[in-house]
Amino acid sequence: MADSYGIRIEGVRKRYGEGDTAVDALKHVDMQVAPGEVVGLIGPSGSGKSTLLKCLGAVIEPTAGRMILGEQVIYDNGWKIPDLRALRRDKIGFVFQAPYLIPFLDVTDNVALLPMLAGHSNAESRKRALELLQALDVGHRAKAMPSQLSGGEQQRVSIARALVNRPPVILADEPTAPLDSARALAVIRILNQMASQYETAIIVVTHDEKILPTFKRIYHIHDGKTHEEAGEGRGFD
Amino acid sequence: MISLAGRDILHGWGKFIFTGIGLGLLIGVTLTMAGVYRGMIDDAQVLIDNSGADLWVVQKDTLGPYAESSSLYEDIYRSIVILPGVAQAVNVTYFTMQVRHGERDVRSMAVGIVPGEAGQPGWPPYLVAGRQITRSHYEAVADIATGFRLGDRIKIRRNHYTVVGLTRRMVSSNGDPMVFIPLRDAQEAQFLKDNDAIVQNRRRTAENPNFNRPGVPGLLEAVIASQSGNPYVNAVLVSIRPGYTAEQVARPIRQWKRLTVYTRAQMESILIEKLIATAAKQIGMFLVILALVSAAIVAFIIYTLTLGKIREIAVLKLIGTRNRTIALMIMQQAIGLGLIGFAVGKIAATFWAPIFPKYVLLLPGDSLRGFVAVVIICALASVMAIRAALKVDPAEAIGG
Repeated sequence: MADSYGIRIEGVRKRYGEGDTAVDALKHVDMQVAPGEVVGLIGPSGSGKSTLLKCLGAVIEPTAGRMILGEQVIYDNGWKIPDLRALRRDKIGFVFQAPYLIPFLDVTDNVALLPMLAGHSNAESRKRALELLQALDVGHRAKAMPSQLSGGEQQRVSIARALVNRPPVILADEPTAPLDSARALAVIRILNQMASQYETAIIVVTHDEKILPTFKRIYHIHDGKTHEEAGEGRGFD
Repeated sequence: MISLAGRDILHGWGKFIFTGIGLGLLIGVTLTMAGVYRGMIDDAQVLIDNSGADLWVVQKDTLGPYAESSSLYEDIYRSIVILPGVAQAVNVTYFTMQVRHGERDVRSMAVGIVPGEAGQPGWPPYLVAGRQITRSHYEAVADIATGFRLGDRIKIRRNHYTVVGLTRRMVSSNGDPMVFIPLRDAQEAQFLKDNDAIVQNRRRTAENPNFNRPGVPGLLEAVIASQSGNPYVNAVLVSIRPGYTAEQVARPIRQWKRLTVYTRAQMESILIEKLIATAAKQIGMFLVILALVSAAIVAFIIYTLTLGKIREIAVLKLIGTRNRTIALMIMQQAIGLGLIGFAVGKIAATFWAPIFPKYVLLLPGDSLRGFVAVVIICALASVMAIRAALKVDPAEAIGG
């Protein structure tokens, strides 16, 4: 395990409700992902994957535990960051099962929106977006609207959007679910490339067995607890 | 920062344009209602201005001659014209009737004026074609809104008149176009009975021994002649000499105790505050209802559009978009819709206003007020959609 972390989670718990009706969605979660590493997070339905993703994404508050993003403690039995919105914008990238691109913005502006929201100029934001789109091989569709893209192109644009603010961590929620094998593997290959290139820690929540062999490390989550195992870490060639 | 609202409108321009057109027609109706109200006030103002009078002398304790009927003996003007400060005093009659032209009737206000020199009170102050009335009988000057043309023959009661002149914007307080005819003809027409009634009246008079005395030849004819004529007018219009105030001239006329005199300000008050007050309230109610309906439509449309974007809003919130930015986007869309609607409404009102049978006056000030109202209504109408958007949980973007 690397000494520095993209993200580290220690003893995170999440309880919904109180008293007799309380449900412990996460009982004890430990997780560490290094910069440039892509790990898988798998588990059956109801195991707590989405709850964990929401906690990591600073969308819901854990009940207890500690979360460290890069060098910064963001949660230690309470949020340590006053502006969670800015945290999500600047430090966490999201890739969803469906790309969820903004339908009324073209490809460039879908990606450039994040740096714009962070206060960068339109020109600089678009420059960064175009660089990423070209790196992801969708630069030629920069002016297209999302509805004009194929599913694979849309997913690459959503990866560009997740990366554009150079976050230390990307949370990918079933990013290959709607894709066929070839496209699914292509997306995972891109995520690996981007993780290496931008030193980003990427957590991929998946049910997709065809991509499992690509991970070097996999976290299993079951009944609110995680355990780690080594993956096959197959190459893409 | 790019305009999210602008991009969304451009992306779904068809939806916004068609919704805006629908809203615009409603706004057009609202502007037209305001125009109808302004037109009523302007008609009243024009009636006063074009009468050329500074004072209206009418029957005691009446609001005549426009708001109530008033009857004065026709010789009254002689005793008024000699008063200090009076420049001109002329008799005038007003009555609303259907003027027959060929096969059609035109609702008009027939105005009886004394033939004489142009520029007298009561006369149309200007003509757009033809000449003023010069003969004492059977000539008419008509407002062009009647649709009459020079040389047309029109029928008022049982007499035919030739249209010798055309004027413009000479209307009653109800907006009916005026037809000017000689005073004598007007007096006759105003109280003209039908032939059967005249015959019956003459027979009754002839059978009355007090009027048909064998020893008094000519008495019966004199009585019948007095019954046939109409020596009454509705008002005396007075213009005053320079150097006198209306009140100075009005005071001695009032002191006779048997006449009521109205100054221009008082007549404006009667026409605007009394005569069209109810109509104004009616229109005011319509304006309020139309504003509420417009607000409801904008609110519903924006709310529906927002609900259709819940997932996008959740994503925007998840990736760090401020609530303020999302609220602004929705409000800008609502205002954008209002602006499209206002543009359509203004254009529509401008085009259809002249088609209305009565005068519709679209004032730039009303348009400006309408514009501000549309912006405010749209901003308020977006509140419901903004509340819905702000309630969206960013977690909705993440499955599970």
